[in-house]
Amino acid sequence: MALADARTGSGEPPKVSLLYNPALRSTVYQVVTIIVIVSAVWYAWNNVVQNLARANMSAGFGFLNSRAGFDVAQSLIAYSSDSTYFRALQVGLINTLVVAAAGIVTATIVGLLVGIGRLSHNWLIARLCTIYVEIFRNIPPLLVIFFWYLGVLALLPSIRTIFQHVKDNPDAIFFISNRGIYMPAPVFGEGFGVVLAAFLIGVVAAIAFTVWANARQRATGIRPPVLWINLGLIVLFPLLVFVVMGSPLSLDYAVPGSFNMNGGMVIGPEFLALYLALSLYTASFIAEIVRAGIRGVSKGQSEASYALGLRPGQATRLVVLPQALRIIIPPLTSQYLNLIKNSSLAVAVGYADLVAVGGTILNQSGKSIEIISIWMLIYVSISLITSLFMNWFNAKMALVER
Amino acid sequence: MAESITYVRSQFLEPEKAPMSDSSAIGWVRKNLFASWKDSILSLVALAAILYFIPGLLNWLFVSAVWTGADRTACLTVDQGGQLPAGWNGACWAYVGDRFVQFMFGSYPRDELWRPLLVVVMFVGLLIPFLIPKVPRKGLNALLLLIVLPVVAFFLLLGGVFGLRHVETSLWGGLMVTLIISFVGIVVSLPAGILLALGRRSTMPVLKTACVVFIELIRGVPLITVLFMASVLLPLFLEPGNNIDKFLRALIGVSIFASAYMAEVIRGGLQAIPKGQYEAADALGLNYFHKMTFVVLPQAIKLVIPGIVNTFIGMFKDTSLVTIISMYDLLGIVKASFGDSAWITPVTPLTGLIFAGFVFWIFCFGMSRYSAFVERRLDKGHKR
Repeated sequence: MALADARTGSGEPPKVSLLYNPALRSTVYQVVTIIVIVSAVWYAWNNVVQNLARANMSAGFGFLNSRAGFDVAQSLIAYSSDSTYFRALQVGLINTLVVAAAGIVTATIVGLLVGIGRLSHNWLIARLCTIYVEIFRNIPPLLVIFFWYLGVLALLPSIRTIFQHVKDNPDAIFFISNRGIYMPAPVFGEGFGVVLAAFLIGVVAAIAFTVWANARQRATGIRPPVLWINLGLIVLFPLLVFVVMGSPLSLDYAVPGSFNMNGGMVIGPEFLALYLALSLYTASFIAEIVRAGIRGVSKGQSEASYALGLRPGQATRLVVLPQALRIIIPPLTSQYLNLIKNSSLAVAVGYADLVAVGGTILNQSGKSIEIISIWMLIYVSISLITSLFMNWFNAKMALVER
Repeated sequence: MAESITYVRSQFLEPEKAPMSDSSAIGWVRKNLFASWKDSILSLVALAAILYFIPGLLNWLFVSAVWTGADRTACLTVDQGGQLPAGWNGACWAYVGDRFVQFMFGSYPRDELWRPLLVVVMFVGLLIPFLIPKVPRKGLNALLLLIVLPVVAFFLLLGGVFGLRHVETSLWGGLMVTLIISFVGIVVSLPAGILLALGRRSTMPVLKTACVVFIELIRGVPLITVLFMASVLLPLFLEPGNNIDKFLRALIGVSIFASAYMAEVIRGGLQAIPKGQYEAADALGLNYFHKMTFVVLPQAIKLVIPGIVNTFIGMFKDTSLVTIISMYDLLGIVKASFGDSAWITPVTPLTGLIFAGFVFWIFCFGMSRYSAFVERRLDKGHKR
């Protein structure tokens, strides 16, 4: 009471002029913001309607059901130029996901190796890894793509040279040309499903065995030979079933046709250039993240684990890596997202990803607003799903404090 | 008696050999290259790879390279129609030399080249004192570099006033365009990013939502889609019949993209400032504007300088993407020159790309070194 009296002479809050009332100010600011945004959108929308009317075009997503009329070089699902625009966008999305997934796996492996290499006691290895990181981090990814596509892959042997090569070596099954890498395609025969099932059973059994082995180690201190038994379960068991089922797998070889190789499986130079560039570029960033993560774990941790009698491999796997992962995962997530977004550079070399296919449709139909909205929707969704997954992984790895 | 005490040693042991010195050259090699058998294998493999690749690379880049010549025949072998021996392979620096002015300035009229050159001189003259910490008058310098220079450069490069010939932006190209786009991106994204970051941390729900949606939407999509949006959708959004400059569209696209990324970097700095600083500023009776400009932002921005420079580096590399919306930045013009009939040879693309890569690398590496230097310098204050 005494305090309140000393301040204002009464229990009421001090009187402030309306101009300085925080609540009123905040309301005014927000109303002004809403008015500005709404009028900007209204202005833009009005202009869009007028511009479209002048160009005699209509808005809407109905065009997605009309015939595409263009071919796509690489497609994992059935597609022809008679398919719809919608189907073409599906092909593009799948191609984006394929190159992003392949790039993420390779970039992680290369980045991990280079990052560890930079911390190596071996002077030569550490220097080489530093040079790699400093070169690739400081060059635009688009330039790296062009480097592979125009500078390296375009200089590979031409298809004529390959034809000659096949004539000289009839047994050759694997060819590298400037039109891509040709290799035998697997053809799954009857009964391959059983082999696949055997493989899945093997994996499940291996996981169960590992859980049991861990429990047993905790109870008795003796570790069963997990590696060898798991290898047997995952590799040997399906192999045995494969032989028993009568090898239900044949290969479709690439053979010279009139202008091109026929049959087999081909990985185009567009995909290769994009995949190599994205992996090597992102790997240089991942290497730095891995290095920072490992250095972030104090040396006392590995020394303590040696003192407990762990072998170096165990110390790394059980003590250092789990702690380093906590530092590594958040920036790694943003690198994965960057790689997915950078896969849109495919359009520069004509790999049929989402942006390249969308760009073709945009040029054909002029539906710019619709196509760009589809792009944004899909990329934002992919980004959100990836960050949700990585956040979940991060939470799983995070320090559980008491 | 003394002889019968058996546990007393009566003669000295031979002295142990001194441990291997690791300050000598051999010691260094043992310690750093052949510490264990695994290390030895790795070192030998790496050494073999270096000995295998480096001579070939140096040979390709320098020894076998063609340094002078007027057209493609200088870089072609006999069976391709030139005079070099069959099987020759090397860089064609003659092509880079011949196209150098084009790579730097695009198709800017050759008799008006003094204008971009003057801008370069002014830019370098203002940038170098700005980057050296000891030079005084940073405020004036920043004003000249970030506000006066862009205005002067705009009129000087575009022309059409003061008797200067009008040079359309479609004639601009090369490194000049790369630098202009990234400089504008930097100048716009820093204040825009600060505003967006403050908006995102604001307590007003409408403002906060607007900023969050903008930032996350832009950060969630590739730059290409933002550039397509700027180049295709922007003319649709404006008054019918407008003819907005293509170069300006690219600038807008890059600036929007960079602002969203900058906002997140600055937000990181804002979050790292202890709450006590905000409260102390409030207790001193500062209003929001003063609190931010005098207390919070100076500390926050200092904290995230490395992040800001990383964003600049990323932006500089990303400007190469304007190639895809058919503009001629450094990479775009180098790539366009591959189709130039005067210089079509098998080695032209590789030579051109290595040149462009080297230029990009110099700029990005320089920026990252400078950021490391600033980081070290700012760190000193905290060391006791």
